[in-house]
Amino acid sequence: MADVAAEKAEKTEKAKRTGRAGRAGQSERAAPAADAGNAEGAEQAGTPWRAHGTDRRSTRTLRLRVSAALLTLTVLAVLLVPPLAQLDQQAVDLAAKLQPPSWAHPFGTDDVGRDLLLRCVYGLRVSLLVGVAAALTATVVGTAVGATAGALGGWVDRSVMRVVDTISSVPHLLLGIFIVAMFRPGVWPVVISVALTHWLSTARIVRAEVLSLRSRPYIDAAVSGGASRWRVAVRHLLPGVLPQAALAAVLMVPHAMWHESALSFLGLGLPTHTASLGNLIQEARGSLLAGQWWPTLFPGLFIIVPTLAVAGLAGAWRERVNPRRRSELML
Amino acid sequence: MTRSPRRLPWGAMARLAGRRALFAGPVVLVVTFGVFAIAAASPFDPVKAYAGTAALGADQETLDRLRDNLGVDQSFVVRWWDWLTAALTGDLGHSPVMRQPVAEVIGERLVWSALLCAVAFAVAVLVGTLLGVLAARRPGSMLDRAVTSLAYTLEAAPVFWIALLAVWLFALQWDVLPAGGLTDTASEQVTPGQVASHIVLPAGVLAVSQLPWFTLYVRQGVGDALAEDPVRGARARGIGEGTVLFGHALRSGLLPVLTLIGSRVPELITGALLVETVFSWPGIAAATVEAATAVDFPLLAALTVLATAAVLAGNLLADLLYGLFDPRVKLSEM
Repeated sequence: MADVAAEKAEKTEKAKRTGRAGRAGQSERAAPAADAGNAEGAEQAGTPWRAHGTDRRSTRTLRLRVSAALLTLTVLAVLLVPPLAQLDQQAVDLAAKLQPPSWAHPFGTDDVGRDLLLRCVYGLRVSLLVGVAAALTATVVGTAVGATAGALGGWVDRSVMRVVDTISSVPHLLLGIFIVAMFRPGVWPVVISVALTHWLSTARIVRAEVLSLRSRPYIDAAVSGGASRWRVAVRHLLPGVLPQAALAAVLMVPHAMWHESALSFLGLGLPTHTASLGNLIQEARGSLLAGQWWPTLFPGLFIIVPTLAVAGLAGAWRERVNPRRRSELML
Repeated sequence: MTRSPRRLPWGAMARLAGRRALFAGPVVLVVTFGVFAIAAASPFDPVKAYAGTAALGADQETLDRLRDNLGVDQSFVVRWWDWLTAALTGDLGHSPVMRQPVAEVIGERLVWSALLCAVAFAVAVLVGTLLGVLAARRPGSMLDRAVTSLAYTLEAAPVFWIALLAVWLFALQWDVLPAGGLTDTASEQVTPGQVASHIVLPAGVLAVSQLPWFTLYVRQGVGDALAEDPVRGARARGIGEGTVLFGHALRSGLLPVLTLIGSRVPELITGALLVETVFSWPGIAAATVEAATAVDFPLLAALTVLATAAVLAGNLLADLLYGLFDPRVKLSEM
């Protein structure tokens, strides 16, 4: 029991250093597994309660392959279908409206006869673009803020982390709704509102990482070698935190996509002429009440599949980086 | 299993709550200020919002007088201070969309939101814990994989999408549950029976959206606990598998989950925003969305601040539970 207590102390210490990111902050919706891994990883080490060694490894490889294949397929479809297929997603065909899935229209058609498969691919394109833009913005802001707070320390660190705590006290979607409502629907308000609510977690991760790197001998060596503060930050600290920041960015894309879909679904997101997956589901509400399920079902699947694929890849990556912390992602 | 009743450390709890309130007060203040600052930075014009389409034909003089009457020609800091002092006396302004005072809107609707969230949360905790324990019992088994896969899929699925599919299945295909609202359209008054049948779908969907998180955490916690000495000892003494699972493993595995329950408030609010909208549930989350769509600033500002207060209260609850249930942590040191 003694080592458990020691680990506990270490964890509390770590929690204090990271601004109590776990509990006081908002636990991220998309990453309970990551949280669980962080919280329980230390205790789990050395207790291999899953004894199916070879079996587990083969499922892991399979999961990695399936995730990679799905993600590649998604990205290829989004990139290649619009320029290659000479098809108009807006082509209206009232004679073929609200047809259930068939060979001619694998996902069926919507209430004005547009092909839903094509609409979904275009919607995914919009959603993914917004997600990537928001995630990139959030990661740049979060890394800058987190690295500054961690590297400078002192009152800068304290006040910056207080700001982060304050912003994360407002539920993300609510803050997003507020911003978009005030700035009116459009692509940029959505990107900004999603980015503004998502940089907090990156800032916390980067700060914690910088704090742990700061005490390493190679940083001391650089400082005693006469390196300037700026040089230490850019040449020695930043490369160390970038992998973590990159992983956070990749994990953020599905989350940002989800956020954008929710805003669009509420009628506060993208304008209807740049229909995203959320817009598609919103538009499908009418035909759903008339009994047609396919215009609702397929756009949702287009949100789930990339999310699961990214989660699967991230889990595999985490296992490779830190094999001690067996990921909980078992799909 | 009888235990001597432990006396609750009321003093330490009160002190912790007091310390957190000292932190929460400024946070709420800053949030209200931020809300006014964002509004001031946005292209939103309160005069045009107030006058509606009438503003299109109005001359500049009328608009100016209106601006003066509404008090929006002052800087946002002044307006923020006015709002704040009025809010402390209970006057949160008037909502143009609901055509009634904001405080009244909140008072009427809060109870329905609280009911929905409480039912959904209780279901999520119970079912999530049960599934988590079942999955942790045999790691790597078919059941474990099915539960884990389902949890991750549900975690990835947007809650409004699940809600719509649930409406389609239960209300349209099978016609067993009402599709939305609080009561039947024909009914004049709110009866418990009506509410009970109308709450099933929204609360069920909200529970399903919160459930994966509990399932995964409980599975992790119980799985870890099953490998620890107390469980091994219990098994060695020949104690039945059910008692070992629910009496020993669950008790220690549930600890991290219990203490994190309070921090689920933001996700619950997010879920409620979407679920209440889909099911036309007359709660404050649906009112938030309506306020946002119609750019009803007084209502939106009040509800944003209210949600922040709820999140902070949840965090306090999390800290209290953490201190109460984990004997290794002292409340006075938090």
